Amino acid sequence: MKTTRRELLKRGAKTGLLLLGGTALYEVVSGSELLTGGAPLRHAMAVDLRRCLQEEGCDRCAAACHGAHNVPRIADELRAVKWIWKDEMGRIFPETVGRIANAELREKKTVVLCNHCTNAPCVRVCPTGATFSREDGIVMMDQHRCIGCRYCMAACPYGSRSFNWYDPRRFLSEDAINPDYPTRTRGVVEKCDFCAERLDTGGRPLCVEACRAGALIHGNLNDPGSDLRRALQGRFALRRRAELDTDPGIYYLL
Amino acid sequence: MIQKAFHGGKLYWLLLGALAAVAAAGVWFYLRQLELGLSVTGMVRDVSWGLYIAQFTFFVGVAASAVTVVLPYYLHDHRAFGKITIMGEFLAVSSVVMCMLFIFVDLGQPFRVLHVFLYPSPTSPMFWDTVVLFGYLVLNLVIAWTVLGAEYRGTPPPGWVRPLIYLSIPWAVSIHTITAFLYAGLPGRHLWLSAITAARFLASAFSSGPSLLILLCMAVRRFTTFDPGKEAIRSMGKIVAYAFSAHVFFILLEIFTSFYSGVGSHRESFVYLFRGLEGHAALAPALWASAILALAALVLIVVPKTRNSLRVLPLTVAMVFVSIWLEKGLGFVVGGFIPSPLGAVTEYRPTAPEIFITAGVWALGFMLLAAFFKVFITVRREA
Repeated sequence: MKTTRRELLKRGAKTGLLLLGGTALYEVVSGSELLTGGAPLRHAMAVDLRRCLQEEGCDRCAAACHGAHNVPRIADELRAVKWIWKDEMGRIFPETVGRIANAELREKKTVVLCNHCTNAPCVRVCPTGATFSREDGIVMMDQHRCIGCRYCMAACPYGSRSFNWYDPRRFLSEDAINPDYPTRTRGVVEKCDFCAERLDTGGRPLCVEACRAGALIHGNLNDPGSDLRRALQGRFALRRRAELDTDPGIYYLL
Repeated sequence: MIQKAFHGGKLYWLLLGALAAVAAAGVWFYLRQLELGLSVTGMVRDVSWGLYIAQFTFFVGVAASAVTVVLPYYLHDHRAFGKITIMGEFLAVSSVVMCMLFIFVDLGQPFRVLHVFLYPSPTSPMFWDTVVLFGYLVLNLVIAWTVLGAEYRGTPPPGWVRPLIYLSIPWAVSIHTITAFLYAGLPGRHLWLSAITAARFLASAFSSGPSLLILLCMAVRRFTTFDPGKEAIRSMGKIVAYAFSAHVFFILLEIFTSFYSGVGSHRESFVYLFRGLEGHAALAPALWASAILALAALVLIVVPKTRNSLRVLPLTVAMVFVSIWLEKGLGFVVGGFIPSPLGAVTEYRPTAPEIFITAGVWALGFMLLAAFFKVFITVRREA
């Protein structure tokens, strides 16, 4: 008998339940069931929760990213600029982890960043094409074209975009600026660019390199032999708000 | 004809002077915003649109409402409106100008605004909104000026203006529909992601717009030599009665679906707006005021005796206007952002600079409107 997708998801849910020790989980994707296709290269990333959740208080990924990308260090948390940061599991997955009884797991933190969606709402709504999707799945920003209307921030269902409410250069000390990466100006939106400049020369994203726990795995989602696909194989993964069909490129391995 | 705007009595210049003072304060604060960035506003990461975009949304509705006097006059030959269609069109022009200013002051990089035309993006409702708003501005300005100009010269309006008038009717619907699409197409913002959003916007537009026009007509009646006529004012009252009933009905539909379905995420914004979440309820007083005003106004506008009383009507339509302003010009836009995608409840409180800039845009819009009305009334008196 052929296994339907629904049954597979049910089985996945049960496995997820065992793994997380909570109530039902759904929207589970398994490595062998990936719907791939389209371009030969689709950059994506997996967050291995078993490894990441153990590293409480670790922010090496964010420190490496923010340092190299000249992300301003703004004390005003409500107007902070963030490319990658840690948030509570229960808030990242409100429909699944957010509903389980295990408060300890709900409050554990893991990384969030731009999901580099295939059907990115931010790209769809941008009135100037300042944010756009590349063939290889990276959602990019052209900060010189951005008019600062912040429509993309309203459209992003993940809260992954930051606006420069302040002049960001005021929050960067002269000697800490990385001269190889541009600083931004006030009044434009910015976000994680998946280290496109590194990926284009065969490198890996900085957060992946910085992670000592080996919790972040980058790779080509459309290449069955990639590190990423191997990591996804045989494990179940969650994606944020998968029901919105944005097709996020960040997988959270259970 | 434009010279008529520069001849007026003491009252006219006093009004313009007062508005100019408010506008100047707005400009001064805007220069500070240009210097310091949008950090001078109350907007934050999680609530990234505030008073400016909310006012924009509200005034697109006021602009669209010109159709409520144009359509009955030109399609149904409702003669009473013959005296006020031009006022409706001038109100539309002033409102669209305000909308554009609200968008402009909201931009982080205002000097790049022409990028919208330099890099047209047809997948973006904001691109289309810009296009239809510009079109609507031009249409109403050309129509009103041409029809009034003909009257000034004592000739019938030229034939070519008629098709433009017919075109302006669906065009009015389009501006508010596309403004609704700005919101109604966003995944994950449940207060906005509703097929009824555009219908709601039109219903609230066709109540708040004519309400303002009634108040303006009453003011014109009182302070100038021109009388728009009791029949025209009562007809507009009837339009408000229908549109406002639809507006209240549509909100109740939203509330039914959000709560009866039991889907938590659909409910949260409503709960935030009326009761608050996690102890944060900054907007609840405004939303309750809006609801109470709406129910009281609904009774007064539906009952014929109070609707037709020219003493009660101004009070009723003022209540309608304020109720919709609170619901749409504040609650709808801000409420859509709360809670945030990561479940945070961050409140929005507009700052003094933001309020002054907003008041400044209002003042500029009303200065324009006062000048238009001055021209209109003078031409009518001399014709």
